[in-house]
Amino acid sequence: MKTLRQRNIRDYFMVGLLYVSTIVVLTPLIIIIGYVIVNGISSINIDFFTQELGSPARAMQGRPTGLVHTILGTLVVDSLALIIAAPLGLGAGVMLSEYPDHKLNPLLRVMNDTLNGMPAILKGLLAFALVVKPMGAFSGLAGGVALAFVMIPIIARSTESALMTIPWSIREAGLAIGLPRWRVVLSTVMPAARTGLVTGFLIAFARAAGEAAPLMFTSFGNNYLPNRWTGMIFGPVDTLPQRLYSLAISPYKEWHAMGWAAGVVLLVFVLGLFITGRVLTRQKFKV
Amino acid sequence: MQNQHTTGSIAEKPVSIIYRWLGDRIFLTVVVALGLSIILLAGAMAWVLTGESGMALKEFGVIGFLTGTTWDPGVQFRFGALPFIAGTLITSVLALAIAFYPAVAVAIFIAEYAPRWLGYIIENLVHLIAAVPSVVIGIWGIFVFAPWMRDTFYFPLYEWAANHQPSLLPVLGSPIGYGMATAIIILALMIIPFTTALTRDAIRQVPKEQREAARALGATKWEMIRMAVIPYSRGGIMAGAILSFGRAIGETMAVAMLIGNNNNFPFSVMGPAATMPSVIVNEFREAVGNLHLSSLMAIGLVLFVISLIVNLIAAYVTRKLSITGGQSI
Repeated sequence: MKTLRQRNIRDYFMVGLLYVSTIVVLTPLIIIIGYVIVNGISSINIDFFTQELGSPARAMQGRPTGLVHTILGTLVVDSLALIIAAPLGLGAGVMLSEYPDHKLNPLLRVMNDTLNGMPAILKGLLAFALVVKPMGAFSGLAGGVALAFVMIPIIARSTESALMTIPWSIREAGLAIGLPRWRVVLSTVMPAARTGLVTGFLIAFARAAGEAAPLMFTSFGNNYLPNRWTGMIFGPVDTLPQRLYSLAISPYKEWHAMGWAAGVVLLVFVLGLFITGRVLTRQKFKV
Repeated sequence: MQNQHTTGSIAEKPVSIIYRWLGDRIFLTVVVALGLSIILLAGAMAWVLTGESGMALKEFGVIGFLTGTTWDPGVQFRFGALPFIAGTLITSVLALAIAFYPAVAVAIFIAEYAPRWLGYIIENLVHLIAAVPSVVIGIWGIFVFAPWMRDTFYFPLYEWAANHQPSLLPVLGSPIGYGMATAIIILALMIIPFTTALTRDAIRQVPKEQREAARALGATKWEMIRMAVIPYSRGGIMAGAILSFGRAIGETMAVAMLIGNNNNFPFSVMGPAATMPSVIVNEFREAVGNLHLSSLMAIGLVLFVISLIVNLIAAYVTRKLSITGGQSI
């Protein structure tokens, strides 16, 4: 039989362990973000945003190099992904939430979760087989498709849960004044849930924007700006996560510095989207 | 007055059959078509991976491919997946073993001990770990963490082994910093948020009566957590652990950057190794010949099957062990 004193000591000990664990988990995060910001900011200059990368010789001879083509490429590929993913994700979310009795829903839910749980690299392989092989070339479009595969299940889930937060009485009110079902969904339910919908898009976009694995063999990478703007869509194109990987494993010191700079840009981009999404959700619950 | 006006204007415009009946039909068709395409997409993934890996599986046989230990795209053109399957399972299991207790501890701390505002901040910081792109963690690992681990732990350990226990040297492997141990630690950090989030959600659902009953019996706060809270949330904890495991299996970039990429089985503790995602990302771009490409696709298929099993187990556990018995959470 333990005395109360022993039990209290055990209590304190466990609380101490909880504190230590929390600190141990959070310290690396702070260190990583700190390192990336400090190293990244010191390697960023105006050339980074205005010049293209070129060959390694260009950096080693001290000529101005930068990642303007990478930043533009990232925006193009991510936007393509969002354009492809938005209707599919929204449609599936509407189906799950507004037609809850539909026969396909259980299957859709399982498949969507399966897709969500699949490693991103497999989505890259899928996009390679579906887009790169038939087109015969690595392209920004293939990269967009690969990232869309990352976004779709996230958007579908968040759309479903955003629409589910709208009470059924709103839909019933719409139906009661004689609106057909599609108008109820489009004009009352979706506008009421728009904060939740936007949050879902932001989170999905943030997740996809940080992915490098599916882009390695779909948009492939490119050291130069394409000659024509269509080259961004139909030719190999650079994206920040994939370029960051290439820079980091390259043997050139100048490129390592540029890798840190790319790291801070990517980190700010992704965390900015992510935090905006979080803040929006929080406001929704406050109101 | 206002009312009369609205009723009047509606009555003047009878709604057309197209607007009502056909509109609903079209809307439902479009929505179902979009939903169906997601189902097809998941099916396409299985179909494409199976189709593309056919060549390799025919050449070596399914069992032969899964148990083959040689991966030689250069000379022999022999491809066996065992090194990568082993690498993935070893790194994921150990990463989960390292991550599990801290992750649950953070969740308990957030839910039971921290003041509301602090809990909110910590919870969001933990979510932030999952939001940091894995290449960013990778670049930090390459330039800061791996060299630090090499100088602080691997070198002294290797030196000690060389002087006192030379028999251990092949087990330890070369202390270059980029290897299995480094990858496992980084992986453990990256999968913590998933266990923490689900554990936190499960703890939130423990009824107040359950806690009060424990306190009424004279339990201290920790005893209450041990007796009333943790057993009640075991479903969430298990599901979180399995989900974390699934993430560890599929994690690609940070592992590819830190594991050292060595295809020669067996691996050592500190020495370079490889996992299924890391070998795909490293070799797919420069794959030589169709057999090599097909073998990489076959590795993707193995990864697909393992992820699928892990996901299905996670879904099953959430449904069976959760408090609500699978109702919406």
